[in-house]
Amino acid sequence: MSADYVLETRNLIKEFKGFTAVDDVNLQVTRGHIHALIGPNGAGKTTVFNLLTKFLTPTSGQILFNDRDITAMKPAAIARAGVVRSFQISAVFPHLSVLENVRIALQRKEGNSFHFWRSQSVLNSLNDRAFELLESVGLGAFADAQTVDLSYGRKRALEIATTLALEPDLMLLDEPTQGMGHEDVGLVADLIKKVSAGRTILMVEHNLHVVSKLADRITVLQRGAILTEGDYATVSADPRVREAYMGTAASEEQDRANAAAAEAKDETVSKEGAEV
Amino acid sequence: MMKINKLYVALLLLAIVAPFFLYPVFLAKLLCFALFACAFNLMLGYVGLLSFGHAAFLGTGGYVTGWLMMNSGLTPELAILLGTVAAGALGAIYGKLSVKREGIYFAMVTLALSQLVFFVYLQAPFTGGEDGMQGVSRGHLFGVIDLADNINMYYFVLAIFLFGFWLIHRTIHSPFGQVLKAIRENEPRATSLGYNVNDYKWVAFTLSAALAGLAGSTKTLVFQLASLTDVHWHMSGEVVLMTLVGGVGTILGPVVGAGVIVTMQNYLSGGELGNYVHIIMGFIFVLCVLAFRSGIVGEFQKMWKRNFG
Ligand SMILES: Nc1ncnc2c1ncn2[C@@H]1O[C@H](COP(=O)(O)OP(=O)(O)OP(=O)(O)O)[C@@H](O)[C@H]1O
Ligand SMILES: [Mg+2]
Repeated sequence: MSADYVLETRNLIKEFKGFTAVDDVNLQVTRGHIHALIGPNGAGKTTVFNLLTKFLTPTSGQILFNDRDITAMKPAAIARAGVVRSFQISAVFPHLSVLENVRIALQRKEGNSFHFWRSQSVLNSLNDRAFELLESVGLGAFADAQTVDLSYGRKRALEIATTLALEPDLMLLDEPTQGMGHEDVGLVADLIKKVSAGRTILMVEHNLHVVSKLADRITVLQRGAILTEGDYATVSADPRVREAYMGTAASEEQDRANAAAAEAKDETVSKEGAEV
Repeated sequence: MMKINKLYVALLLLAIVAPFFLYPVFLAKLLCFALFACAFNLMLGYVGLLSFGHAAFLGTGGYVTGWLMMNSGLTPELAILLGTVAAGALGAIYGKLSVKREGIYFAMVTLALSQLVFFVYLQAPFTGGEDGMQGVSRGHLFGVIDLADNINMYYFVLAIFLFGFWLIHRTIHSPFGQVLKAIRENEPRATSLGYNVNDYKWVAFTLSAALAGLAGSTKTLVFQLASLTDVHWHMSGEVVLMTLVGGVGTILGPVVGAGVIVTMQNYLSGGELGNYVHIIMGFIFVLCVLAFRSGIVGEFQKMWKRNFG
């Protein structure tokens, strides 16, 4: 009945010692969409991601992926089933080369990951594919660099390439543009748009300009519960959403900063090509 | 890469001629501890887990091999093989119980489990309790080569050490080693890429335990003795010290560290400073932790990089 949904949650609840961080969330992510999860700081967005990938165990509720109940599965198994997440803080392997980062993701399916008696040169057969993936996110020139030396924006791009290597049905991106200068924001947003072809993305994003540009559908979370859902026009017109965002001085400030960044970005489009 | 290979060749030549200049039993002891430290370093340096119970595996290898040499009529290479397997099996069980823990909790679980082993060996009749298992015969290698000859014994130990060292080196530079490295660098990310990280840690732990057992088995043959010293928590601490002194997470560090510590113990315990061995060890420990975090090999590599890199 719900074949259109890649992911569904039913009455998802997570309590931390009496405090309800995720409160009866029924989320539906349509196949092929870029679905944005937004909400003020502490709304429970990262916690939802942690529940979906079983980095945290739900207090109650159900998670369905392609109509299959995955609530009881382990994190690594969920990843193998096709739900691959990124993290709010950039998740790379800093002292592996850029190419090796992607290769680690490709390696698992080779079935040799427990072979401690073989030379790692058997992994070289994956280099071409890894390089292609790097090219697709504009990191071809950095294949041999140490990952720790990459700029923040490039690390996030590398993360996306690594995630893509698993060919996930559903990508979960937790604030992929957080902490970036506006040039990197634009580039990563373009990249997400590009890789969204043929797959489904659920992303947490604070930058409303990015959300307006990318998201097919938006879910607004407030104090753990869904406040409203819809496309950008619907959601942004909702007075409750404005209120939720203006609720604290800090988020108001952030909103302004985001808006300023968004404006500035439009003025500097021409410069961006050179940066990455 | 070439430089490293030249270094290995030089060290190998040194190891081959060494027994003509130094007492072979002492050299064999050195190699046993070097292998023990290398095995331990596989966990600490390449998985990032500090085991405080590796003596259990050293001792288990030793007792099993010792018992087999005294009671079974097996040739020494088979007795060593079975000692290694026994230690590996114990490691597989202990690994299942411990690798889920992190940091200090992992250290505590491994310590507790190794204390359990200690008390079993203390009480079990076959170990000889406080007296230990004495007079273990070295036997004939493959039923042919007489290991009572110290030079023969030394080359046999060298061969075992080289095998163990090669296996660790290979493990680190294998597809499996790549995953270990990824787990050490960013465990949640490795999980989110679909790796059951605990399974990888468990395999590494089992391997490390088996190699520690190999070191213990060999050591028993060298000294013709298996005793409680090898399963005591002091021994678990000593291997931490050796690895720290030599350099955690460097392939040669544990070898150098074992060399330094064993040599020092040998000289100090004979001389006037005998009573101060533990104090001196403690001092070195503190010095390493405070000032030379990367150990001898680690600091040397840094210096090399600064001046020639
Ligand atoms: N492991 C935990 N134990 C206890 N409380 C937690 C835990 N994880 C999150 N919380 C709490 O749950 C609430 C939601 O946190 P969460 O990180 O999901 O928010 P978020 O929407 O991702 O916020 P941000 O925009 O700042 O990333 C917060 O109040 C947080 O303090
Ligand atoms: Mg968050």
